[in-house]
Amino acid sequence: MLGLPDSVWAGADKRSPADDHVAYGGFHASQDRRHLLLPTLHAVQDDIGWVSHGALNYISQRVPVSPAEAFGVATFYDLIATEQAPPRVAHVCDDIACKAAGVDRLLDDLSDRLGDAGTVVNGGMWKRSPCLGQCEKGSAAFVQVAGAQNVVLAPVSVEQVVDVLSVATPASSVAPTPRSDTTLLNIATTSLEDFRAAGGYHALAHAITIGPGGVRDHIDTSGLRGRGGAAFPAGIKWNAVAAEDGQKYVICNADESEPGTFKDRVLMEANPFGLIEALTIAGFAVGATVGYIYIRGEYPSAHSRLSAALIEARSAGFLGNDLLGSGFEFDIEVRRGAGAYICGEETALFNSIEGFRGEPRQKPPFPTQAGLFGRPTLINNVESLMNVPSIVLGGGEAFASIGTGDSKGPKLFCLSGNVVNPGVFEVPFGATTRELIDLAGGADGDIAAVLIGGAAGSFIGEDDLDVPLTFEDTRALNIGLGSGVVLVFNTETDMADIVSRIAEFFAHESCGLCVPCRVGTVRQKETLLSIRFGDGDIVGKLELLSDLDEVLREASICGLGQAASVAVQSALELGLIGVPE
Amino acid sequence: MYTVDPRRSESAEWADIWLGIDVGSDIALSNAVAREIIHAGLVNTEFVTHSTSGFDEFAAHVEPCTLEWGEKITGVPAEAIRSLAHDYAKAPTAQLCWTLGITEHHNATDNVVSLINLALLTGHVGRYGSGLVPIRGQNNVQGGGDMGSLPNKLPGFQDVTDDEARHKFEQTWGTTVPAEPGWHVTQMFDAMERGELHAMYIIGENPAQSEADTGRAIELLEGLDHLVVQDIFLTKTAAMADVVFPAAVGWSETEGTATSSERRVQRIRKAVEPPGDALDDIEILTMLANELGNEWADQTAEQVWDELRTLSPMHAGMSYARLEELGGLQWPCPTEDHPGTLFLHAWLWEDPMPRDPAAFSLVDWVPPIDPLDDEFPVRLTTGRRLDAYNTGVQSGGYRSPIRKGAVIDISPEEAASLDVTEGELVEVSSRRGTIEVPVRISHGLRRGLVFMAIHSPDDVDVNTLTLDAWDPKSGTAEFKATAVRIDKMTGN
Repeated sequence: MLGLPDSVWAGADKRSPADDHVAYGGFHASQDRRHLLLPTLHAVQDDIGWVSHGALNYISQRVPVSPAEAFGVATFYDLIATEQAPPRVAHVCDDIACKAAGVDRLLDDLSDRLGDAGTVVNGGMWKRSPCLGQCEKGSAAFVQVAGAQNVVLAPVSVEQVVDVLSVATPASSVAPTPRSDTTLLNIATTSLEDFRAAGGYHALAHAITIGPGGVRDHIDTSGLRGRGGAAFPAGIKWNAVAAEDGQKYVICNADESEPGTFKDRVLMEANPFGLIEALTIAGFAVGATVGYIYIRGEYPSAHSRLSAALIEARSAGFLGNDLLGSGFEFDIEVRRGAGAYICGEETALFNSIEGFRGEPRQKPPFPTQAGLFGRPTLINNVESLMNVPSIVLGGGEAFASIGTGDSKGPKLFCLSGNVVNPGVFEVPFGATTRELIDLAGGADGDIAAVLIGGAAGSFIGEDDLDVPLTFEDTRALNIGLGSGVVLVFNTETDMADIVSRIAEFFAHESCGLCVPCRVGTVRQKETLLSIRFGDGDIVGKLELLSDLDEVLREASICGLGQAASVAVQSALELGLIGVPE
Repeated sequence: MYTVDPRRSESAEWADIWLGIDVGSDIALSNAVAREIIHAGLVNTEFVTHSTSGFDEFAAHVEPCTLEWGEKITGVPAEAIRSLAHDYAKAPTAQLCWTLGITEHHNATDNVVSLINLALLTGHVGRYGSGLVPIRGQNNVQGGGDMGSLPNKLPGFQDVTDDEARHKFEQTWGTTVPAEPGWHVTQMFDAMERGELHAMYIIGENPAQSEADTGRAIELLEGLDHLVVQDIFLTKTAAMADVVFPAAVGWSETEGTATSSERRVQRIRKAVEPPGDALDDIEILTMLANELGNEWADQTAEQVWDELRTLSPMHAGMSYARLEELGGLQWPCPTEDHPGTLFLHAWLWEDPMPRDPAAFSLVDWVPPIDPLDDEFPVRLTTGRRLDAYNTGVQSGGYRSPIRKGAVIDISPEEAASLDVTEGELVEVSSRRGTIEVPVRISHGLRRGLVFMAIHSPDDVDVNTLTLDAWDPKSGTAEFKATAVRIDKMTGN
């Protein structure tokens, strides 16, 4: 990745006579190659299982970047170990969807068998992990394996964890995800041939026929809004980037980390070529020559399928210098996240690709003006992009005829928790929460609350189950649709535990850049714990939570902090927690 | 950013290109760069014609200084010298910044002049963003010069030989100012040796440890009839004094001003009372003057400053109120409605020129005074480290995680050929003396080049080794180039 060192200053063993008197490098070289820092850290982590100080120093010299900066980046990510770790580390999900499905029993058993999380046994170790995006399975483990493929076990048993920690090259074991096979998931293949036979790359060919402006017109009239949570009109973004000059980038945000969300993983695993085609069309439409897919580190299967598909697409001429004889030049690189929820925030994602700590930037400037490497950048979520081929082929108006007033097209929802058949379900916009639960075979038990939109979303109660899950209807309810999470909790669930877990999630994932979030998320977690386990004075603690909510919402610089208290406050309003006994 | 430094220091690691010249070859580099700029047709002809004089003589003078010659003298590959010449000449704006690596040589002034020639060739002077920038090691070195702490200058850089200027001061001060320049510190020590200087009053300086060839310096200080030291610490020099005046710390215990490297005069405010008997410098000087029979009134720092403003035209417009309001002002600032001066020498670009054009100077490379030979084959250069000031008086009392202690830095190759390991004590000798010091292995050095910091004279006195050759024009000593021999210690 970094090539061979060309001097003793860049890490060569022996000094050449010229090395005595001249060295090239410094700040500009660091700017050119800094984006290789995280891939390099990954490479060492993958091979050795942790990044020693010696390795970190060597990487610093080779990139080059100062050791302190490299340390700052390495320690930012959960999946990069900077202290000695055993060759196999199993990250076992203890997040809300799995909790609803009863994972606590599994975790207790694991503690009994292997010692508390963090204990090294037989060359392996287990840790507790935030949501791994395998929510429909009810339990999951992501296993980092030094010198071999990382694997996923979902669902997972105690026996499987014990086994996987003692096997040098374990294999993944993942149950298929129940899902609809309508519009967005109508193609499911990892073969380019099958993909083309099913109509793949027709959309790109048509896009080239109608030209970039024609593509953007369709996106504009389709009314497509971003599916990553912010619901921003795609047409506005695409036109804004197209209007800029010079080097531009398109990015697929595949850092799906919102607890309870797994639709993007299902899309990428089922149809990697579909995403590549969609991103290629986006690059064509806005005039970008380089695309990135930033995929969360806990998705090894989606990552390997996309990587393989990219190689195949490139050798078949669907990426490269002259796509389909159009003269259009475009290629895509896959980048792997390393266990940081914040990197799903678009500007944090840019920083992560660029080799900095994945901290968000101040906006403006917006990505359409100054995004990746300071250049105009179009960034869309996986699901948003996967709508593009059908919009291009069927036309913007046809797409706009699906759905409701402000919410156009098909939408994927992630059903998990206490439902009979958890999975990914596609509906035209307009379905209610109750209808979605019915699609998943109905609730398992009596519904206490449903979490809409993930940890950054809100709890709703029985009274609101018939509200259509559209952008406009959820806005009227003063909640956000988020990433399409419908997480059902039945009356058996310890809601105080669930809400505390959400607060703990934000305290853990806060990047620490701004004080309201860094301090506020921790205080929120502590206060919830003291309500749960503490003595009397609940009124004062509720006031404190309300103050923290205001500070987090008003003063945090990015969406993480701004949303960190939303679920907690909705749980309080519904009386799920904080009711004096 | 280019860094020219014999060592690949931490700053050099940030440079796009580091040029590791041999110690004392600065003028060879400058002249080779100048010749390359001329031969590559990169001279700013318009500027040279309009604003300078002596170009033809200069071009002829540097004609022999080819890139190959430059490589031979400096050790730096010709290609890297060429890049420096081209990038400097072509840059829209460019600055030459330097510190003691240029000035602590026996030919310090010539070193600086050779850099000025480059700025004149390219027009990188007198314009926003371009210039020549001697960077100061402490916050108020420039302020010392501003206030006339130079043997030939009155406050505001007015010449003591200028009758009109001197007369102005004499009228205000009610005393006679000598019309002849005084001695700089190196000359003072020579005068002590000749028996012409018998008493000294030292304020805030520690020559017993900071002078080159400290053995001689201490001997001369001991030979004085009377020594007075005014300092914030009981330095080694103060310990030798007949009388010590404990002084308040400049930046936290007194009111006043300091001038930064960019000529910006800023207010210094008192935050705490000085400890014990320590007093503000103004109070000490006033009390001393009155003991000597004068009748000075007690004055605040602002009153002293306002008097200076009546005498130094470049400071005249800088009232405390304006310094406060504007967060400092850059001199010259002659009137209270003057905004201060962002950069100097703008007149070079005026048409017609208000003064004589700036002259190129002809300077030649000469090797360091202390030659390398078979007996002393290794070049020792001295300097500072990030966490410490000078002789360590102000910084030695604090712990620092990056302090290296008193060590000699040598390259891995040197260590291998000496058969010594990190931390091993070695004997370092020069033509003047011998010290024992532990080794630290540093990749920033090469075979034949070693480095010592000057901060721990109580542990290892590096100035036992250095020679006291000094630049007759600036008075700075050649701390940067000493010939030494390193010997592994045998038997314990």
